[in-house]
Amino acid sequence: MKLKSRGIKLIVLAAVLGTGLVSAGDYASVQTEDPVIKIVAKKFDYTPNEIKLKKGVPVILEFTTLDVFMGFKVPDLGVRADIIPGKVSRLRLVSDKVGTFPFVCDVFCGSGHENMTGTIVVTE
Amino acid sequence: MEKILDRREFLKLSGLAGVVFVSGLAGCSSMAKRSDAKEFYFVQLSDTHWGFKGPKVNPDAEGTLKKAVAAVNGLAQQPDFIVFTGDLTHTTDDPQERRKRLAEFREIVSELKVKKVHFMPGEHDASLDHGEAYQEFFGKTHYTFDHKGVHFIVLDNVSDPTASIGEAQLQWLATDLNAQPKDARIVVFTHRPLFDLYPQWDWATRDGDKAIALLMPHPNVTVFYGHIHQENHHMTGHIAHHSAKSLIFPLPAPGSQPKRTPLPWDAAQPYKGLGYRDIEADVQTAQYRITELPVVKG
Ligand SMILES: [Cu+2]
Ligand SMILES: [Zn+2]
Repeated sequence: MKLKSRGIKLIVLAAVLGTGLVSAGDYASVQTEDPVIKIVAKKFDYTPNEIKLKKGVPVILEFTTLDVFMGFKVPDLGVRADIIPGKVSRLRLVSDKVGTFPFVCDVFCGSGHENMTGTIVVTE
Repeated sequence: MEKILDRREFLKLSGLAGVVFVSGLAGCSSMAKRSDAKEFYFVQLSDTHWGFKGPKVNPDAEGTLKKAVAAVNGLAQQPDFIVFTGDLTHTTDDPQERRKRLAEFREIVSELKVKKVHFMPGEHDASLDHGEAYQEFFGKTHYTFDHKGVHFIVLDNVSDPTASIGEAQLQWLATDLNAQPKDARIVVFTHRPLFDLYPQWDWATRDGDKAIALLMPHPNVTVFYGHIHQENHHMTGHIAHHSAKSLIFPLPAPGSQPKRTPLPWDAAQPYKGLGYRDIEADVQTAQYRITELPVVKG
């Protein structure tokens, strides 16, 4: 029963995305995973440092660091993540409000720590 | 009281006194009435960032701390003690350079006439090595001391680079507070704000709310801190939080500009926005009169 309803959802999703040609394996990953945005942190910036989102549309932010332990915090959206060397950190983010929200590194990382910032731009 | 009014009068006459801010909920009238009240005063200096270089922000980075030391030494009545609320040095990735800066800082402040000086680290001193170098020079990063009926608690929210006090220290705080009478006069010194002042600029302590929750049952608590390089006065319930100016560069008011970049040096008004403060404690009423003082007489 469970599997059946899942299958229905997959078809709906595929229709929405207009991706009629994806294989069965891809269906599964599309269904369980939101779009991924990779963000690379290093002393003392994020690439990219501007993240564009659509209101109400969830994304997965996937973080890595090229050097030291870093943080990622969006105070206005009430979310944060640790970015640990040698690991991939993931944060699911969905904003129910439009606007430009700053994010900061909230783990002190050195002489340029105060400049480690970026923005999340959420549009309709 | 006589003596203190004389000193205050002197500050006024010498043109030293800045804005006087009375901490707490009651007015200051109760202070004047009480001639038998126990009173004393101490001086808070903060965010000296020894080792910082940036001529556009402070062309006298090498001289500002020394001038502040001379200014404190020049006070007609010397304070009971002096406290530095962190960021003694400017951060560096080089552990040797960090120790050099800490040593130079210690050397400069050893010129203070008052020998009772309390230190604590800021994230610039301690966050890159968990306070290791800092402790070699200044010892413990969190501790308590008592002075003339006031219980002082120094909290470390910087040795952990995530800006956390941590469970162990919170437990230590809870134990210390439990040993105090409920109405104890408590003053907390710390570097970062314990409340979410402006987390968009990292002006917060991740678990600061836990420390505030522990302090809340005590009716007489006041917090003095640094980190934000400007004066700020804020209440969380009955607890007043007062941030101090820096002795290296002022930072913009929270959210007043897109980036948290230092305010540029104004040649027409050198040392503007920098300073230290004189805090007069009225132990009886648990009131603290704050007088902001400039680095150099204007
Ligand atoms: Cu500072
Ligand atoms: Zn600081």
